[in-house]
Amino acid sequence: MSPLPFVLAAALGGFVAPALAGTTFDAVKQRGALRCGVNVSVPGFSSPDSQGHWQGLDVDVCRAVAAAVFGDAGKVEFVPLNAQQRFAALQSGEIDMLSRNTTWTLTRDAELKLDFGPVVFFDGQGFMVAKALGVSRAGQLDGASVCVQSGTSTEQSVSDWFRARGMSFRPVVMDNFDELNKAFFAGRCDVYTTDRSGLASIRMTMSGKPDDYLILPDMISKEPLAPAVRHGDQDWADVVRWSVMVLIEAEELGVTSANVAEKRDSADPALGRLLGRTPDLGQALGLPQDWAFQAIRQVGNYGEVYQRNLGPLGLDRGLNALWTQGGLLYAIPAR
Amino acid sequence: MQARSYPWRLSRGRALLLQGGVLLALLALLAWCWHNASLRLAAQGVSSGFGFLQREAGFAIAETPIAWSPADTYLRALGIGLLNTLKVSLPALLLASALGVAVGIALGAQSRLWRRLARGYVESLRNVPLLLQLFVWYGVFSALPPPRQAPQLLPGVFLSGRGLLLPAPLADLRWLWLAGAALLAVGLAWALYRRRWPLPVLLPLPPLAAVGSWWALGAPPLWSLPVLGGFNFHGGLLLSPEFAALGCGLAFYSASYIAEIVRGGIDAVPAGQREAGLALGLRRAELMRLIVLPQALRVMLPPLAGQYLSLIKNSSLAVAIGYPDLVSIANTAINQTGQAISGILLIMLAYLSVSLVVAALMAWWNRRLLQRGEA
Ligand SMILES: N[C@@H](CCC(=O)N[C@@H](CS)C(=O)NCC(=O)O)C(=O)O
Repeated sequence: MSPLPFVLAAALGGFVAPALAGTTFDAVKQRGALRCGVNVSVPGFSSPDSQGHWQGLDVDVCRAVAAAVFGDAGKVEFVPLNAQQRFAALQSGEIDMLSRNTTWTLTRDAELKLDFGPVVFFDGQGFMVAKALGVSRAGQLDGASVCVQSGTSTEQSVSDWFRARGMSFRPVVMDNFDELNKAFFAGRCDVYTTDRSGLASIRMTMSGKPDDYLILPDMISKEPLAPAVRHGDQDWADVVRWSVMVLIEAEELGVTSANVAEKRDSADPALGRLLGRTPDLGQALGLPQDWAFQAIRQVGNYGEVYQRNLGPLGLDRGLNALWTQGGLLYAIPAR
Repeated sequence: MQARSYPWRLSRGRALLLQGGVLLALLALLAWCWHNASLRLAAQGVSSGFGFLQREAGFAIAETPIAWSPADTYLRALGIGLLNTLKVSLPALLLASALGVAVGIALGAQSRLWRRLARGYVESLRNVPLLLQLFVWYGVFSALPPPRQAPQLLPGVFLSGRGLLLPAPLADLRWLWLAGAALLAVGLAWALYRRRWPLPVLLPLPPLAAVGSWWALGAPPLWSLPVLGGFNFHGGLLLSPEFAALGCGLAFYSASYIAEIVRGGIDAVPAGQREAGLALGLRRAELMRLIVLPQALRVMLPPLAGQYLSLIKNSSLAVAIGYPDLVSIANTAINQTGQAISGILLIMLAYLSVSLVVAALMAWWNRRLLQRGEA
């Protein structure tokens, strides 16, 4: 589907009222639910399970925000969006936040006027090939047919990469994710390129035969995936930022969904402040006193969220380990 | 016939005044909406303007009728998109017309079998969404064997899941010799035809002349042949599965509508015309070609024009099966630049222009037919 309806909605809205009224934070509280844009179906990040419940790392990011705002992680309306629609949906006010394996880039930040939250997954673009092709490094891909999805940052990165090396390739570009997967597994392309996390998900859940496919070790770009909100709505951006940040902070501090009550009532004053024994942090954000407590209790700390969602894909923590364990995750102190 | 009077009609002057007023009001409303919308969109970070067209596009395109490198501008990328839209639409138009006429004639055939077959074709293709049909065509074309196992149908012709590969003529002036020889042979054949030489003898003359002159030139290599190297074929002419699927999908789908138009046109020709033709001793095929179809064409043209326009517009489903048409390329440009409004405006403008040109051509053809009819 095209982003046209969202753009038109934005434009038509303009015929009536020339500016957005009120802040997103007020609108969310009034509605009693968070409208969160997620992926249609990338298992591990966002996909409905067999009972229709949304699952995934990106989905849990939405839930953490809802838990912080409402004390109830269930108060989320998930809005599935494809790559093309996502930004228009956010710009038009259709959703309150976007949590959909979206790369934080300068253009999106400055030109699309978005504000990105903490990086929830440090990723990079990679290549997947059929093992039968006999390729082991990206440098061997000169002349290959490459499947890419439009509406992503991938299309340009892969062009840049081949161009910089004086290599050629033939893109097969589709906007529909399912059709692209089908085309690749039918042998239309030699290579599939997208975020390596996405490749892991596609290989595991959509190939039917994960062992026949190989994700090459090369990482051709940096893809820091982060939630985003509309620019210029700082209070709301703060709420999203800190609701996500405390999940990382919790892992650093050894707080889990199981022991969060115990930790709150422990002698540690910093833990007490974070988990809401005192009201000041919540007050500063305009959130209930137990905002962080609820987020951690109902969703889990970052490590739990990661294991629950990405463990089954066989993705090891890598860059997404805590800074104390050789990774890049570093929570800005919540104090 | 006596001119009727319409009491609700305004005098000419008043009508003009009224129309002018309505037009002005409409324009003012549009301007106001545009102003508001652009204010609001700017506030939301949806940018407008056309400056981005001169920036480097930075993405690769699979099929490029004119030279392309990612260092070229967005403007050129969109131009290639438009060319690709035309490249797939025009052959699809021709194929759809030929097929539509054939099926349309069959719809009114005397044989029940032909009628049934034609009816089945029309009903099944008209009632399945085009997008689904495209997926089926694409599934068929991309399920062909991979390049390394592709069968060689003729020397230099390969059929694979990566497309149909044909020998491509090289840009070489010696082609002119071949063309000249073939032309001479056509002239000769024509002269002999008038002297009632049999066709089977005459038809092979032009190709023989071309091959003969090629041989006389020392049999130079004038073709680039596709060869397998690395992952894919190199050289030759590639008809990609995306192109083939979109072209076939559009043609077979539109043909089902055109067939109905043709049937309607044929039905509209008065029975007396046929009877007169038969009385003159024309055979059925001649009757169709000389009497019925030319008259049916007049009735068919206006709805046919509409059908052609919708075929061109339907080609925008291309991105679903990975063909780089105008909409697909504009989508990528919009995604990379955030210029949603300008991008969509450009798409609309391009389709509008193509549609107007096609509509004008069809109207011109229609006028000519009518004039000839009156003469
Ligand atoms: N991180 C990249 C890529 C994100 C992306 O859209 N990835 C694809 C491939 S994994 C996807 O999620 N497609 C699913 C869909 O469009 O339904 C970006 O922000 O542009």
